[in-house]
Amino acid sequence: MTTPKETGGRQPPSDADAKAQGFPTALLDPTAPPPPGLTDGQGGPAGRRFDVYRNNVAVALREALAAGFPVTQALVGEAFFHAMAGAFARVSPPQSPVMRLYGAAFPEFIAGFPPAATLPYLADVARLEMALRESYHAADAAPVGPDALAAFPEARLPALRLRFAPATRLVTSAHPIVSIWAAHHGGPKPAPGPEAALVTRPGFDPAPHVVPETALPALRAHMEGAPLGTAAALAPEALPGLLRLLLTSGALSELA
Amino acid sequence: MLDASAAAPRLPAAPGVGYKPQHYAAILEDPAPVEWLEIHAENYMGEGGRPLAQLRALRERFPISVHGVGLSIGGAGPLDDAHLARLRQLCDWLEPASFSEHLAWSTHESAYFDDLLPLPYTDATLARVCAHVSQVQEALGRPMLLENPSSYLAFAESTWEEPAFLAEIARRTGCGLLLDINNVFISATNLGTSPRAYLDAFPLAEVGEIHLGGHDEAEDDAGRPLLIDSHGREVADPVWTLLDYALERAGPRPILIEWDNDIPDWPTLALEASRAEAALDVAPA
Repeated sequence: MTTPKETGGRQPPSDADAKAQGFPTALLDPTAPPPPGLTDGQGGPAGRRFDVYRNNVAVALREALAAGFPVTQALVGEAFFHAMAGAFARVSPPQSPVMRLYGAAFPEFIAGFPPAATLPYLADVARLEMALRESYHAADAAPVGPDALAAFPEARLPALRLRFAPATRLVTSAHPIVSIWAAHHGGPKPAPGPEAALVTRPGFDPAPHVVPETALPALRAHMEGAPLGTAAALAPEALPGLLRLLLTSGALSELA
Repeated sequence: MLDASAAAPRLPAAPGVGYKPQHYAAILEDPAPVEWLEIHAENYMGEGGRPLAQLRALRERFPISVHGVGLSIGGAGPLDDAHLARLRQLCDWLEPASFSEHLAWSTHESAYFDDLLPLPYTDATLARVCAHVSQVQEALGRPMLLENPSSYLAFAESTWEEPAFLAEIARRTGCGLLLDINNVFISATNLGTSPRAYLDAFPLAEVGEIHLGGHDEAEDDAGRPLLIDSHGREVADPVWTLLDYALERAGPRPILIEWDNDIPDWPTLALEASRAEAALDVAPA
């Protein structure tokens, strides 16, 4: 490898840079005038040609959100979702070319989006969908199955710590988010009430599981690294069911 | 300048396609006539899961071309070091047969627009693009290909023609070029120039890969055709004719079919690749 002829030093800002300032601003704001200095290549003004770029950006950003939040979109319909995605893009454009990260702030935006206020569960469904997407791309890990616990000597159980797989997520809500999500995948009509979602990915396809409310303190304790004895004291009745869920859903990567 | 003569893997002068996960099983069963695959780098920057598992299997069978869409090489600001590091990690793992990016920008300040946006062609932008290309090649430790864009408008301040601009970048940085013939046809139609004159002026010796894709037809304010680079349908007939024109002059090259929207079933995509294969068969060696 030899030294390149051009150095990597920054060039002083040129006129072109100053004129280009209007381009990015006008891309996300449909009310902004197109930047000056654009032509049709044939001596005429660019006219609506700038709108091609504006439209490309709007479509790309909302399709990226629609791909990550399909149930959220289904709950409000395409037209509403497009408007909401456009409003989100104007205040919160992607901060990375890795588009799977785009939308991490979308649930928070939805929670404060006045037109969506009549659907109080919408932001939490979006949080569940973001967790599912994170899980899909998380690092691989071989899941720990139900037999693993039986192999542990009983005397060591109180000190046992559960290691969670990188793809495992917990999303809690005052609304039935798992049932709403499941209803859009062929499940029954959801009943009102709080639900906590444990997202796991034993293979390549993440899925949410309902965690009983009584088991939540123990689950949180485990996720923060507490040993089994501590978690058991928090929820003695719920613990066997919780362990069954964790060991059959692929939530864990190691018992230590 | 990077030394490109090392025994690095190369794309074959044969048809390839942009890889889509829904074609995974079909490709492993019978890829013919496709001999290589191209991926969008940014879709494979997760920690694990199905995307990387599929790629792990595919790289055992096919030469892979890594095609970046997010570096913003034509941007006014500095390149994103974190993104360069991600690309380096992906390329180190995959050992791809090619790495390519675009003569375009997509990031301004911290905002990423997820589209390939145009830049004026001036001495100042030329110097900046060359600095960015050199930085990428140094960071990745490999030569790259730079792709010509599709244009819907022009900049009054431009002082360079696009083929000469690209030729000068290749000359100064040692990078190769990715010739997107659909983009040539789109830009020429939209800007009222001749696509054959564009190819006549293009440094064909530097072309390491050819792209073909489909476009949509719209109109500008004056009712003239305005072609949109949609990658959502078959390659148009005039683009196939232009391919023949380019291959007659350049000889056989790796040819990629890009179909990113309204993705068809595998037989439909393989049929497009067969047309590219037929064009390669009659190209002078």
